[in-house]
This record gives sequence, structure tokens and C-alpha cells, in this order.
Amino acid sequence: MNAPVTPNDYAAYPDASGRFGDYGGRYVPETLMPLVHELEAAYRAAQADPAFQAELDGYLTHYVGRPSPLYFAERLTAHYGGAKIYLKREELNHTGSHKINNCMGQILLARRMGKTRIIAETGAGQHGVASATVCARFGLPCVVYMGAVDVERQKPNVFRMNLLGAQVEAVTSGSATLKDAMNEALRDWVTNVHDTYYMIGTAAGMHPYPEMVRDFQSVMGKEARQQILEVEGRLPDAVMACVGGGSNAIGIFHPFLNDESVRLYGVEAAGDGMDSGRHAAAINGGRPGVLHGNMTYLLQDADGQITEAHSISAGLDYPGIGPEHSWLNDVGRATYLTATDTDALEAVKLCAELEGILPAIETAHALARLPEVVKDVGKGGIVILNMSGRGDKDVSTVAAYLGRTI
Amino acid sequence: MTRARIDARFAALKAEGRAAFVSYIMAGDPDYETGLEILKGLPGAGADLIEVGFPFSDPMAEGPPIQRAALRALDKGMTLTRTLQMVAEFRESDQTTPIILMGYANPLVNRGFDAFARDAAAAGADGLIVVDIPPEEADPLADALDREQMSLLLLSTPTSDDARLKIIQKRTSGFAYYVSVAGVTGVKEADAATVAPNVERVRAASGLPVAVGFGIKTPERAAAVARVADGVVVGSALVDEVADALATNDSVTARVLSKVESLAKAVRSARDSA
Repeated sequence: MNAPVTPNDYAAYPDASGRFGDYGGRYVPETLMPLVHELEAAYRAAQADPAFQAELDGYLTHYVGRPSPLYFAERLTAHYGGAKIYLKREELNHTGSHKINNCMGQILLARRMGKTRIIAETGAGQHGVASATVCARFGLPCVVYMGAVDVERQKPNVFRMNLLGAQVEAVTSGSATLKDAMNEALRDWVTNVHDTYYMIGTAAGMHPYPEMVRDFQSVMGKEARQQILEVEGRLPDAVMACVGGGSNAIGIFHPFLNDESVRLYGVEAAGDGMDSGRHAAAINGGRPGVLHGNMTYLLQDADGQITEAHSISAGLDYPGIGPEHSWLNDVGRATYLTATDTDALEAVKLCAELEGILPAIETAHALARLPEVVKDVGKGGIVILNMSGRGDKDVSTVAAYLGRTI
Repeated sequence: MTRARIDARFAALKAEGRAAFVSYIMAGDPDYETGLEILKGLPGAGADLIEVGFPFSDPMAEGPPIQRAALRALDKGMTLTRTLQMVAEFRESDQTTPIILMGYANPLVNRGFDAFARDAAAAGADGLIVVDIPPEEADPLADALDREQMSLLLLSTPTSDDARLKIIQKRTSGFAYYVSVAGVTGVKEADAATVAPNVERVRAASGLPVAVGFGIKTPERAAAVARVADGVVVGSALVDEVADALATNDSVTARVLSKVESLAKAVRSARDSA
């Protein structure tokens, strides 16, 4: 590893080989490599085509429901007595999370590329639902790989995907969670290279996915930046988001990267606690390595075997993290905190009770670190938190935590 | 030694006028002792070169047979270090059969490429295949192996066009490995008719002997490929023998070596009947 260099322009990354410093890259079997190049070329062409952006903007406005509001959370603010808290309301998007922003971009790209079959992996099912949704909208067959453990704990989302016409494949290999779903999706892609488009749901995997997913998700940060300037007349002091693979975090962080005064906080899932060893915090509890096409922080043992992640939140239950986050951590541009299962569940309750918003357990990891951040920023300051998903899918998990049956 | 051992073996086979039979085993499957016994038995059963898989928890290009083999090995505590130890023990009694290590990037990244290359060469390994390191990411690893006179074998596939074959060839030595199906190991069957022109393409681009793998399960198929290629690699069909022997309480070593014998015989006699 080279010593991290603080860049002058964060927007200039990744470099031509898909690297953010040492992180990223294209660690894929040769069979996929020509497709990865084809995808990058198609994405560059789409980026340069105003008609592509216009088409995407149209669907984001009329189908997804953008822009999402930037909402002043008055009672949460009063509760903590520190900085003003604004919530970027991504949970109000069609399908209930930020995932649809990326799926809409990728499905339009897949159509440009003439692909006729879509595959996706999902953890909590939010990306699976968003993928199934856009596939239904555009009439393309969709296969969603989902760990068997996640199929069990996210039944409502499995049913939603089925209703939307997607085929959900329960993956039983390995730990039967998100990483194994991604392995199976890659095995499908390597077997069906000619007609299949792999719709990766997070800002990880082989280049150009981390860049492309970030770009599609950056609509959140661009809107939030403009909205806060309109409402408060200045930039926020801090921006917060939960981090699994890290797409909601990088999407809201990215337009603020060059605003050096804006502190960026990602919150990783600490599961049963960092000391328990049962967590999903790749940066706080892992080391750099290679998995699923990229060099990034990973949970691994002394031999370099990937170890199982543990989190109550299926969407954060992944042993890696997007490569741009690994880099932002090393260069010190973003700070990565952790929240345990219990912290997150308490935050779900508090947010529901004070704001009438039921957040996804994933999102609640970020909410759980609000007390420290708003205190740190202080009264008179401004914090934006990405309300990345709604919690309807999690009600049975929360009920079980509260010892209730529904 | 090392790279020279691969070159010497292919030169000898060329003189014999036959293709190489390359057998793949997963190190430590079903356990270290049995794995070592199989490894030591392979040359006698007819393996001309041996691929030794080092297990990885998340093998993204493997079908179920090799996924399960990796899990069996990991469950018994197999590691990259123990894999190299197994190779070193094999080398005590066999100085001529080339050993190609095969696996995934992370255990190598974790160890450090330079340290890995030193240790692997010292153990007596001759070459390395890393499924998830394409030419675009290969330079640091290839440089480390070069310093130890070990071969890096970058895979060619049905999706590699002629321009890519040239890129692949730049950092490949020993022999060229043609993956005959677009897919994971041990699922689709290779078709000798479509393999032949691709072997010619790879041979022309690389100037190296060409071995064909992924999708060869039976002696018949092995013989058909042996007529058009310089080497035939069988992996999943052999690890399936391990699984079957375990399921039926048979001798794992006997079952694997018997399968190797039948495949090796088919490869050795393939061109006699042609």
C-alpha cells in the first residue's frame, strides 16, 4: 500500500484504471473483462449524451418522485439540543428507498446496450425491489439473487419482488447472505455474458460500478446541497449516512467532497458490538483486500478468507464496503463511526415517536450516532442525515426486539 | 527450476506426440493427509502436470463441485500456508512434475505478492493461476513471480478477442490456459468442435502450448480435446470423486486416482486412434 495522498479535487476520482488511491480496480475473471470494458464505454457514451440525462431526469421526476424533500426534523433537534437536524427524505421515493435512483439509471443504460435480461443481488431486498420495479416498468425479465437467510428475514420484500414479476433465487452457499448473493449473481453473469446486464445495487464491485452507482446516487447530494443553500443560505457542517456497501452514503457525500468545511460521517453496523467480533464494520474492523471485483476494506481472517458479517440489518450485512469509502477514510476526508443492533433499534423507536417517520433499520444506524455528531457540531450548526429508506419492511424484526408478536 | 519444469514437461510431451493430462485437486480436500496422499499418487496415475487449488471462501467463478471442495478444505483448517507446505512435502519425492497453484486474489493480497512468490517458489511451485486477476490487474503479481522464475498463467476465454489474447500473452509464461466455456467450472460441457479453432487462436497469439479446461468431465471428452490441444485440464470431475467417496465411505484416494487413470489413459491414447 502506498501512503494516501490527499487530493486537490475529489471529483477527479477514480482514475482511468478505476482506482481511488489504492482501492477499486477490476478484479474479475477474464470472461467478464470484455463486458466490463463494454459497460464502461457504454456508460461514457451515455454520460456524454444529453438525451440520456434528460430521459433519466424525466423518470426521476415523474416515476421516482424526485426531488425528495429536505425536511427540518424539529423534534429530533429539540430532543438532542444541538445542531439543527435535516433529513433527506429518500424513504419517500417510489419503492421506499434511495435504491431506485441507481436502478433507474442502470436500466436505461442496459436498454441502450441492448441487454435483454437483468440480474441483481439484494440484501434487505430494497435493491431487489427497486430492480424488479424498473424491470417491470421496462418489460425486462429480472432474476434477483438473495441469501436464504435474508429471504427468511425480509419476507415482505420477497413477496413484493414476486408480485413485480421478478424471480427470486434463494442462495444457500456460504453464509447465505448478501456476499453469497453477489457471488451467485457473478456466477450467473459469467455464464450468461451475451444477453445479461448485472445491476449492482451498491457503489462497490469492479470498475466502473463504484463510479457509476455513485454518479446515479449523487442526485441526492446535489439536491441536498441546493436545498440547504436555499433554506439556510449556507452549507451544512456535517452530512451523515449509514454505510454497508455505501451507496446512499457516497451519493449524499460526493457533491460535498470538495467543500472542505463539511464534515462527512458514515456509520457502519457494529452488530453485537465491535468487541464481540460479530459485526459488519469493514473499515472499523477489517483490512484491505480483494473481493467481488475491487480492492477495499474487508472482514477477513489471518489467511485472507472472508469472514461472515453480522448485523440485524440485512442491508448492511456485508463484509466489504465500496472502494471510495476506503479511500475517503484513509485520506481522512470522511469519518466512519459504528452503531450496534441495539443502538439502531432504539433509534428506530425514537425517530418513529418524535418525527412520525419509521426509518429502515439500515438508516437507523446513522440516526443512532446523531447525539454525538449534533453535540460535536453544536447549537447553531447544521447536520444533514440521509433518511435512506423506510422501515415498513422491518416491522417484524422490531417487534421481535420488543418481545411482541404481530 | 520452477518455470523450467513446465517448459521441460511440455517439450518432453511434444517429443512423445501427445497432449498433457493436467489434474486439478483442491489442497486439503477432504483433509490434509488424504490430500497429500492423492497429490503424491497423481503422477503415478498419469497426471503430467498438477494444479493445486488453494481454498477461498468466496470463489466467484466456481460451480458447486469446487465451491464445496473449498468449504471441505477450509472446514479442516486448510490455509495458503498449509497448501505450500503440502507442495513442499510433494517435492521431497517428485522433482519433475510441474505444480501450478490455482485460486483467488485475496489470500495472495493478504500475504503480500512478494512474500507469496518467495514462499511458493521455495516450496517448489512452478506456476500460478488467479481466477480474479485479469491482465489489467496482473502487473504487480507478475513482477513478483518473475523475480522467482515462476510462471503466471493468465486465462483466455471464449470472450477474449484477438486483441485481448495479445494482452494476456504479455504476462503469461509456461503454457496458455484456455477456458473452454463462458461460465463457472464444472457445469457446462466443452464442445471439442468449437474448442479447436479457439485453441489455434490462443496458440497463434501466445506461441505457447495450450491447455484447455473448465467443462471436461469424461474420458471421451478429454480424448476429443487432447486431439486438438496440448493439454487437457480436469478439475470438477475429480473433486466430485472426493465428494462421492465421502458420501459412500469409499477410499477417497483410490477413487480419485482411479478416475485420473481413466482420464489420463484417454488423453495418452487420443492421438493413436485419430
